[in-house]
Amino acid sequence: MQHDNLVEIEDVAFGYGARQVLKGINLTAKRGQVIAIMGSSGCGKTTLLRLIGGQVKPGQGTVRVAGESVGELDPASLYRLRRKMGMLFQFGALFTDMSVFDNVAFQLREHTDLPEDAIRDLVLMKLHAVGLRGAAQLMPAELSGGMARRVALARAIALEPMLVMYDEPFAGLDPISLGVTGNLIRRLTDTLGLTSLVVTHDVQESLKIVDYVYFVSEGVIVAEGSADDIRASDLPFVHQFVHGEADGPVPFHYPAPSYAVDLRLGG
Amino acid sequence: MLKRSIENLGNRTIQGVWRIGFAARFFLTMLLHSGTAFRRFGLTVREMYFTGVLSLIIILVSGLFVGMVLGLQGYETLQTYGSEEALGVLVALSLVRELGPVVAALLFASRAGSAITAEIGLMKATEQLSAMEMMAVDPIARVVAPRFWAGVISMPLLAALFSAMGIFGGYLVGVQLIGVDEGSFWSQMQSAVDFEQDILNGVIKSVVFGVAITTIALFEGYDAPPTAEGVSGATTRTVVTSSLAVLALDFVLTAFMFRGIN
Amino acid sequence: MNKTVLDLWVGLFVIAGIAALLFLALKVGSMSAVNTSDSYEVVARFENIGGLKPRAPVKSAGVVVGRVADIRFDNETYEAAVTLRLDKRYAFPKDTIAAIMTSGLLGEQYIGLEAGGDSAKLKDKDRILITQDAVVLENLIGHFLYGKAQEGAPQ
Repeated sequence: MQHDNLVEIEDVAFGYGARQVLKGINLTAKRGQVIAIMGSSGCGKTTLLRLIGGQVKPGQGTVRVAGESVGELDPASLYRLRRKMGMLFQFGALFTDMSVFDNVAFQLREHTDLPEDAIRDLVLMKLHAVGLRGAAQLMPAELSGGMARRVALARAIALEPMLVMYDEPFAGLDPISLGVTGNLIRRLTDTLGLTSLVVTHDVQESLKIVDYVYFVSEGVIVAEGSADDIRASDLPFVHQFVHGEADGPVPFHYPAPSYAVDLRLGG
Repeated sequence: MLKRSIENLGNRTIQGVWRIGFAARFFLTMLLHSGTAFRRFGLTVREMYFTGVLSLIIILVSGLFVGMVLGLQGYETLQTYGSEEALGVLVALSLVRELGPVVAALLFASRAGSAITAEIGLMKATEQLSAMEMMAVDPIARVVAPRFWAGVISMPLLAALFSAMGIFGGYLVGVQLIGVDEGSFWSQMQSAVDFEQDILNGVIKSVVFGVAITTIALFEGYDAPPTAEGVSGATTRTVVTSSLAVLALDFVLTAFMFRGIN
Repeated sequence: MNKTVLDLWVGLFVIAGIAALLFLALKVGSMSAVNTSDSYEVVARFENIGGLKPRAPVKSAGVVVGRVADIRFDNETYEAAVTLRLDKRYAFPKDTIAAIMTSGLLGEQYIGLEAGGDSAKLKDKDRILITQDAVVLENLIGHFLYGKAQEGAPQ
């Protein structure tokens, strides 16, 4: 394909009911890169991934993946496109009624007519890539959070997609698992020629592995740049975010009437 | 205050109508996406294990006890008219026509229906359904439809087992314990119970109940808010709604089926 | 749960369920008694059928030989036309008598067939010519009282 950009988001707005979550987002992801989308909790990052996956349709603007406008596809083409995408959900979203092996084999069994021998080899390869070949026969309930995340990653790359999306891959992981997951994302992107979109609020970990960063706040992109640009940025929002300060452009307090009025001190 | 409560009532009515419409759409989608449930029958067989086989014990034990109680009570009543031999007829007709399909359905709703709702609700809450959708697999076809058909196939089998077990229970109490004549117990039963009017209608009833219970259970699970309270509330609603639906449908079906006679 | 073990259980469950259905159909109900394929129908006309209902048994010498298939009112003769579905295994002479009887004093009503002496047998769609109406208790009591009154009158 001639497109250099795998994902192109142009002026996309989206709202749940009256609440406008995204207000005109522009974003591109080049092939072979790891792109991070950062922002505080509840700013619409996950919604952005759902838009790319076609689970919701944008109210305005276009979302293009590999040149196809996701919002305008009929269900059959959308499902065809989704086979070329992998998604890692926040807590893995492994199928709890299947073993690790069956979880990774799920898409291969659903979408291909491969013989069971070939599926076995492919699944063990993917599990080996995330270092969990030995855990193939365990059930998801027996895995730690970090292991579940890695199994979900193996499942997401089972069909060798061109795009993998990660929804908060670092949330709730211990420092070791954190490093392991971060390295995996980078390594898999390079070795399999994927494009990775990482939605996260873990700045330090993701800055180590990403090529380009977008900052989302209040439904718009407030800053973007390479990892080094971001570290050196002196925009107040980015500074607050990168250094984890409690107060700043993102206020500590949820909007409320004045404290004195609320406590009825005014008399 | 009054205005508020009228507004409230109106809102709830609109919500209710909305839900019914959504449920109807859900039911149709489920039927349209049922291909997978039959093409890959293994999926349906797997669910039949969870809905059917795991309900067996409660169905068989309850059937036996209901039959035994019918034997005792029926004997007490029939004795006063001196027609104890009709015990077989009484036990068989009440089980095959009413108690078998209805009680088995009520047990099925609380045993299998609640489990289905909780499972689907949790799959939704833990984003498993979303994940499946993102893997280009339709959760309605892959998860919902096999459970539906498993329930619809299991229900009449369970109801038949319940009735058979109940008749055996009535036989144990009536013939073995009290000493009603064995020959007249069976022969009167055979001449009074009609295949089409009684047994086939009972089977039709249980199929309808199976459709109603599994649809309600699946819908409640699919529609449950993805939180702990959401799922537990949905599970309760499944049991309540499907029990009521079974009893109401039983009335309607009975009225239809036995209107022709007399 | 191993897949084959699971299949085995479901298989057992289905077999048990079907066995229960067969038990209900054959042992509890009377599916085999009269089948449409090997039966024939004859019509009998009655002036009064009392409380006879469709699917009531047709008995001869106390043995069930068929069932009442249909009851209809003939608006021209003002009679009840009762269709009997009889088992092919049993053939009856042309001059068989059909009577509406009651099992016990208050039991259900059935049709009793009493074979005649004709050598020709009843065929499908034939009509039984000699019939005997249901005994209606009120009429019986009425007759009895009327008879008593007549006895007393000449004195």
